[in-house]
Parts: sequence; structure tokens; C-alpha cells
Amino acid sequence: MTEREIMEYDVIIVGAGPAGLSCAIRLKQEKPELMVAVIEKSSEIGAHILSGAVIEPGPLDELLPGWRDNPPPICIPVEKDEIWLLSQQGRRRLPTPPQQKNHGNFIVSLGAMCAWMATRAETLEVDIFPGYAASEIRFTDDGAVGGVIIGDMGVDREGQPKDSYMQGIEIHAPITILSEGVRGHLSKQLIKRFELDKDSDPQTYGIGMKELWRVQPGKSKPGLVQHTAGWPLDSHTYGGSFIYHMDKDRIAIGFVCGLDYQDPEFMPFEAFQQMKNHPMIHAMLEGGEILSSGARAISEGGYQSLPKTEMPGALIIGDAAGTLNIPKIKGTHQAMRCGILAAEHIAATSTAEGFDARLRESAVVKELYKVRNIRPAFYKGFWRGFIRAAIETITAGKLPMTLSIHADDSSLKKLDGYTPPDRKWVDRDLPPRDRLASVYFAATEHEEDQPVHLQILEPDICITRCVEEYDNPCTRFCPAQVYEMVEEGTAKQLQINSANCVHCKTCDIKDPYQIINWVTPEGGSGPNYQNM
Amino acid sequence: MKILVGIKRVVDYNVRVRVLPDGSGVDTDGVKMSVNPFDEIALEEALRIREAGNAEEVIVVSAGGDECQQQLRTGLAMGADRAIQIQTSESLQPLSLARAFLKVIEREDPGLVILGKQAIDDDNSQTAQMLVALWDRPQATFASKLVLNGDSAAVTREIDAGMETIEVDLPAVISVDLRLNEPRFVKLPDIMKAKRKPLDVISLEDLGVTVEGNVNVGHHAPPAQREKGIMVEDTAQLVQELKNRGLI
Amino acid sequence: MSRILIIAEHDGQTLNISTAKCVSCAKAIGGEIDVAVFGNGIDTVAAEAAALNSVGTVFAVNAEHLEAPLAANWAAETLSMAEGYSHLLGPSTTLGKDLMPRVSALAGVNQVSDIMEVNGPSSFKRPIYAGNAIVDVETAAGATVVATVRTASWKAAESSGGASVEQRAAGSSPSSHTRFVGMEVEGGERPDLQSAARVVSGGRALGSEENFELIYQLADKLGAGVGASRAAVDAGYCPNDMQVGQTGKIISPDLYIAIGISGAIQHVTGIKDAGTIVAINKDSEAPIFEIADIGLAGDLFNVIPELESLLN
Repeated sequence: MTEREIMEYDVIIVGAGPAGLSCAIRLKQEKPELMVAVIEKSSEIGAHILSGAVIEPGPLDELLPGWRDNPPPICIPVEKDEIWLLSQQGRRRLPTPPQQKNHGNFIVSLGAMCAWMATRAETLEVDIFPGYAASEIRFTDDGAVGGVIIGDMGVDREGQPKDSYMQGIEIHAPITILSEGVRGHLSKQLIKRFELDKDSDPQTYGIGMKELWRVQPGKSKPGLVQHTAGWPLDSHTYGGSFIYHMDKDRIAIGFVCGLDYQDPEFMPFEAFQQMKNHPMIHAMLEGGEILSSGARAISEGGYQSLPKTEMPGALIIGDAAGTLNIPKIKGTHQAMRCGILAAEHIAATSTAEGFDARLRESAVVKELYKVRNIRPAFYKGFWRGFIRAAIETITAGKLPMTLSIHADDSSLKKLDGYTPPDRKWVDRDLPPRDRLASVYFAATEHEEDQPVHLQILEPDICITRCVEEYDNPCTRFCPAQVYEMVEEGTAKQLQINSANCVHCKTCDIKDPYQIINWVTPEGGSGPNYQNM
Repeated sequence: MKILVGIKRVVDYNVRVRVLPDGSGVDTDGVKMSVNPFDEIALEEALRIREAGNAEEVIVVSAGGDECQQQLRTGLAMGADRAIQIQTSESLQPLSLARAFLKVIEREDPGLVILGKQAIDDDNSQTAQMLVALWDRPQATFASKLVLNGDSAAVTREIDAGMETIEVDLPAVISVDLRLNEPRFVKLPDIMKAKRKPLDVISLEDLGVTVEGNVNVGHHAPPAQREKGIMVEDTAQLVQELKNRGLI
Repeated sequence: MSRILIIAEHDGQTLNISTAKCVSCAKAIGGEIDVAVFGNGIDTVAAEAAALNSVGTVFAVNAEHLEAPLAANWAAETLSMAEGYSHLLGPSTTLGKDLMPRVSALAGVNQVSDIMEVNGPSSFKRPIYAGNAIVDVETAAGATVVATVRTASWKAAESSGGASVEQRAAGSSPSSHTRFVGMEVEGGERPDLQSAARVVSGGRALGSEENFELIYQLADKLGAGVGASRAAVDAGYCPNDMQVGQTGKIISPDLYIAIGISGAIQHVTGIKDAGTIVAINKDSEAPIFEIADIGLAGDLFNVIPELESLLN
């Protein structure tokens, strides 16, 4: 193995999402002489990111004043908010709680917004490199984080170099910013290595699935923001849908489902599809066509689950740490604020040390603190959660107690002795027919001849314990049908269709044995989301 | 010798292309644009020839607005020495493009011109053949193997019937097919180096080429949806049906 | 009135079916149809061309330098005959695609590639973006139309005609800068998957590499190429280059028989332009039946042997 080529920067940022890009931009604004680079595993900025999304523009005003004169390509001011409680056929309008009021906010495509932010960053001379995956951390001799190592490219399925083999370079930097988003694979390693979560609750997540539709003319009411709760979920599964009406007859529709669900047979994708077939929503979508689809895990633990965000030589920011405000279902403004704060800290001190304390004093964590008890309130079921949420909202989180957050991977009930609720699901007729049809719209692409990026650390468990205890839930919780149990003669075997993967990280999170380890595939692989 | 490689900025091959509801074109809003995949293969071949010591310079050429500089920089990052943008805001039909390219050939005097066999947007597959007709030189299209022999080249072409080998005297125009090579990945440091390599902009007017076109594109429609056909009861019926339709 | 000249494709012995398809396209354009056959000792080919319905005159041009279908030579020859013709057509085969754009440039016009449909003498439909969009194109009045004909979109013209064959001396001189060296026909008797007129494909339902033999046997009986779904390839039943679909090959055979293939959109993308799709699958709800022209819900292990015996 030849020595890797080295590139040096003052700051290397892993992940070109709102946190990473905000950090890059602010760094250059504060200290233009700094050499800053952002690396991103997707082939193009925005291709791996998706969100509803309704954003609060505050941090944008702070970071890029005047942005409103030259806004991102999709940017629709919110006109109206609606919250609906659904039953199988019916619906009831609920009052909009204060944190869900969106006046002054914008419906955007987060992917398009990141691409737009990236061009701003490039104007400030940030070096942005899409198509390169950071596969390992580079450690200095004293055990600090000293940069990253880019994954080798052109490696075959057995790990052998192909003709196109290109060794990944090392990027050395005194400060590394991990802004990989939820359950980043490098962040996961660092949190473990530096025990960053020893004083916090486990993180808890949801899976967010989204489709972008072009509907029949007149059906989309630009600026209308709708959320639903209730059917098709049961009262012990947290989640609901979002329906954001955009321009050009487009509707962004999605479903978020807490990954602490209990039913091993539950399929989040199916719940999403059921929701679309509710009469109110079916009427909007019928006759339309799907433009794009995708999925990504979201962090729901908030305040209690926030790990320590600094370590020697590195910071973890944005949803890689878990800054999303779940009662608001908004994370972008938080991620941006966190990125801006990290940049200001580094510009002022040139070190990672002290950032965590700063973050805890900041508006980011204050916001999380205020709503900290809402998510765990739902552990006791929908109605108790709803009431507690109302109380917490009215008292602005000032009640002197903090509920704990539980881990998702231990929440699945075993088949034996568990009776699933009667879901009242219906026969449905809207596309996509199934997960394979859905994944088509994610335009996900992986070079077939490369190592499988979903590592099963103890494969025997799948066909011995898991099949008995949980009936292989990976075959259901993955929104892209990556995992399948196939018959090989009389035995069953796990087949991994890694080419379908949309990099959502749900499997890494929800697997009850924690034997699935998601690592990054070859740079440029994965979804190619457009306007998501 | 110099090698000229033509590259085109096209909608990325991964994009699920759809027709705009009013039929005026294809929806390119927010879509990823890339170097035409066949052009990457063409460039890779040129780079290999230079690395083998048979050429001194590889020049990438693209025609279009300033956006195509992004693709030219990718070409430079892959290893091209120089880039030329034929600047125009018009959409060029193949004949005008070939004429413009010929002007660049007259300026640069290359020994070899390598192009992709077709662009994945308009799928015309004309530019290479037209260019070489105007230049009055030999063409070798759909190349899957290229061996240089001094003043000539032996090119193996993938044709319907199999593999045909022809010999062409240089200078010549080669258009490449999928199996010629696998393009290299771009090394990060080379992206930085590419920013400093020369990129010359020449306008179409400076080249003395007027834009004209005799094939006008109108309405765009999505492909016909396949409808459900008939179900047959058994194999015998299937065979009968196939016979009735003249398929067997 | 249009006067159309078709450049014939042949291998020296037999006329290629693509020429008969060009004739059908020419008929749709309307007008007089002539065929030019270039080669050396190609009188039998010319006679075949003359038998095609609707052909007026076949020009047989025998010359040593025209024996190999080198575009430099054939294009010059075509131009030497082009006077008076409103349309110059070739097939959208590798031969036609190699030749016709060169003709087009020499004639000073852009080419219309891959005509799918004819709306009028100067109005056509053609595919772009790998068939994901179909565009209407109009050629400028007065300009010669040089075009290639998308063979998958046209039926071959019948052979019950009796045109005259005229011998013609070569009107162009050989170009020395291009020389034919050799030709290697694809190994094996099975037609290449990418260009085969008939294809039989197998899916995961075959169950094993051994069982996939059934597909090969049926294909051989039909003189067809062999393909597979991604699932079959992933399961190891056959090599990767047989995969048909979005990440494999996109094909347009006249007849496509999908056996034990569910018909996921990723696979169907690869065959959306096939002529006739036949589906055999045990599951009558499989999505493939939504797009198959002829569907048979049945156990492939029964159907395949039945098919083979009926085809005998």
C-alpha cells in the first residue's frame, strides 16, 4: 500500500448539509484567510439530503443578509397552517399549537437550498468536493482527531483493486467538523471512542419518508402547510405526516414515524402509503405523478440525547449531534445556528475546546430545553402525550423535571406474547406500488461491483435468533427493501440488495441486536434526489 | 501530437428525465448536469495515449454557455492539459457544431480527435461523422479498441454483426463506445490543479461560424405507456397467439 | 412529390431486414422509392431488394472499393447519386449510423436520427433521452432530408414486388485513408442480447443456476438471445452482462419473453421499447402483467416444457 497523498486545510467539514455549509460560510466571513474545505459523499450537493421542509429564516438572515433578493430556487412563503387528526375515513381539525405556527417561514427544498448555499460558499472560496466519502478518521499521534481519510474508489466486491482503482487521499486539518447528519458513521465511531454520550440519554430517532408529487392543476395550494396525526398509526407509535403545498402544481408529502415503535411486523413505508390513501389526501394526489422519493432518519431525542459535541481536534454539529426540534418538526434553523456558532468559536479560539459549553448556553440548546419533555411524553401513548405536550407548551418547558429518552433498538417487542393493534389499514391504489417501485424515484445508484456497505457483524443471528424473536424486522423497516430473507433450498438466508440503499441509516438504528453497521460506500454512490 | 476531445454538458444519466406538462421540453429544473458519459470515455482514451508517450497534449473542447466551463474543469481535473470553450448561447445543431469544431481543429492541428459516439440528451450520434466529413479525413465510429501504429491507427468497432477492425490514417476522428475503457476517478488534489490550468474562451463569431439548422424540434411527449394486453389460458393458446401475430 | 433513396444494408450475400424496414418508413413518407446497393458482386442482394414491395428502381453499384462498408467510400458514393432525391434514408443500425451523418454533412444538412413515426414528408417523431421523451421534428422546406430509420419501430416491407435492377458504375473514387482489416463475428450461435430480435429472460423464480438451463434451451429453440432480471443475476444464476433493466441493458427486441420475472419498474425500464412482451409468471398479480401484451399465469416449470414441445 503506497503512502496516501495528503491535502491540508485549516478546517475540514464532513457533510454539505445546512450545518456544514453554514459553518463553512461563517468561517470564511470571520476569517477569510482560513483554508476551509467541505467534503460530501453525494455526487452533487443536495443529492442525499431531504426534508419537508418548512424553515425558519432567522439564521439565513444572520448568515446571508439579503438572501431574500436572491432566494433558493424553491422558496414559498407559508400562508396557512392546518393540523388534522385522522381516522381511517374521517378527519378532525385541531388547533395549531404555537410552535407549529409558521407565519414568516418558508417552504423550501432542503436539497436545492443546500446547492444554493454551496454556490455562496464557493464564492467565498470554500473548496467544496462532492463525490468524495470520508471513510475513516485520521488520528494524530496523541490520539486527537487530525482530519479524515477519503475512501478508496474502484475497489471490487471482494475488496480488491479494479483497473480504475484510486487510493483515497488524507485530508489533514487541526479542526474537523462532523456534520454528517443523523447517525453519521464517523460521528458514531467518535462518540463511542471519546465516550461523548456517557452523560446523556441515548439518542432516539424517527424515519422520515417523503415523496414529491406533481398533482393535477388546482390541487396544490401554494403556501399551505398541513400536518396530520392519528391514523394510520396506532396510539403507541409516534409520528404523523406533513403535506407542504408548493408552486408549479407540486406537493411535498411525507411521513415521520418514531423508530421506538414496538410492533416487529410494522412497516413504516406501508404506514406512509396508507396515509396517502386517506380520503382527504387521496383527493389531492389522484391523477398526479411522483417526481421523486426518498427517506432519511431524523433525530428526536433533543436536549436529553445531545452528546458532548467536542473532542480533541473535532466538533460534531447539526443533526449528527441531534439538534432538531421534534415538536416543531424543524431542524434546519437549529443546524444552521449550530454551524454558525461552531464557526464563530473556531474563528475566535482556533480550537475545538470550549465549544460544547458555548453550545449549551446558546439559543440552539435553549430551544431544545424548552420542548424537552414533549417527545418522551408520548411514551405513554398518544392522548397522554398530547395532554402533556400541551402542558409543556403552556409552561414553556419550565416544569422542574426532565423525562428520560429511551433507546430505539431495545423498544421492539418480541413476537412471542405480542399482539399487534388493529391498524384498520386499507387496500390502496396510489403509486408507488411497493418499496421497489418507490426506490426507483430515489434514483439511487451504486456501482454493483464494490464492497457491500452494510456490514452484518454477526450474520448467524439473522437466521437463528432474529427470525424466531422478531421475524427479521430489517426486511420491513428498510424503506428501500435492501434486506430480504430468501429461501436457499430448505434454509433461509439474508440477501442484502445494497444497490437499493438510500442512506437513511434506519437499519443501523433500529436493528434490535445492533449488528448492522452502515459504512459509507464509494463516493458518489447513493440517491440522486432532485428538489427534495 | 495533440489530441482534441469534445465534451458536452448533459443531464446526468441518473436523472429520471420527464417531459414538461406543456410539452415544450424536458424538465431540467434543479437537475444534475454532468459530462456526457461517452465523452468521459473519449477523454480517458486520450489521456492513456498521452501517458503512453504517444501524444504531448490533450485539449478538451466544449460548446455552450459559461455553464459548460464546469464540465471543462472536470476534464482538466481528469488530466487534460488545456480547455477551450466555444462560447455560444444558441443551441447548436450537429452540423453547426461540427463546423465550429473544424475551426478549432484548423487552429490546433491535432493528430487525433476523439468524441463520444452520442450525447445522451439528444441521442443524435452525428457530430463525429459530420466533423470528419467536413475535414475529409477517416472516421472510426463505435470504437471499442484503439491501437496506434505511428501514422495510422487500428480501430476495432462494435457493430451489430460483431467486431470490425479498420485501419485509419491519422489525423482521424474516432467516436467511442461504452466498452473502450473505464474512465478514471478524479483525484481531489487534481480538482485544485485544474483550477489553474488554461481555459480559453472563443466565441462562435470569432471562429467565423454562423448558426443555422434545418431540423426544428417541436412538441415533446412522454413515451407511450404500455397498456395491459391479454391473458391466455394455457401454453397452447400462447403459442397460437404468437403465431397469429407473426412472431414465431 | 418525394423521391426517396434508401441505402441498402447487406453482408455481401443477403439483404439485411433493416432495409425492408426502411422501405416501410419510406412508404409512410410517400413518393417514389429507390434503393441503392453498394458492394462488390452484390447482384443477388440487389435482386432481393428489388423484390421488396413499393420499390421503384434498385441501383446495383459494383466496385472493389465499395466491398467493405466504409463510410468514407459509401458516403461519397451516395452523394454521387443524391441529385434529385428529396430524402436519403439509411437504417439506424451501426452501418447506417456510421454512414448517414457523413452523407448528411456532405449534403450540407443536419440529419434526422431514428425516425419512429412519419407525420408527413418533412415531419417526424424521434426519441431523445433514451426514449424518455418523443419529439416532433420538422425539416426546413427545400432542404434534403437525410435520416436514419429506427428499425424497432417499423415492420419489414413484404417481398412480393418486382422492381427493376439497374447496374450503375461507381460515381466516386476510393479514399485511401481508411482500410478494412477484418471482422470477427460474436462467438457462439446465440444472438447478442443487445441487438437480438427475440429475447428470452429468466427471473429469480428459476431457483438455481441449473434451472436457468431451461431458459437457455428455450432461447436456442427460438433462436433468441438470453437475458435475466437483476434478482436472477444477484442470486448467481447467470452472469452480470445478461442483466436487462435500468442498471443493465436497455433492449428493444421484437419479441421479449419474461419468465418468472415479477416486472419491477427497474426491469421494465429496460424493455419498455420492446415490440411484444410475453410474461409467464405464477403470480397473476405480478406487475409484469400490467404491461405485458400476452400474459400467462402459470408455473414456469410446466409452461417451459410445454412451450418447447409445441414449438417442435
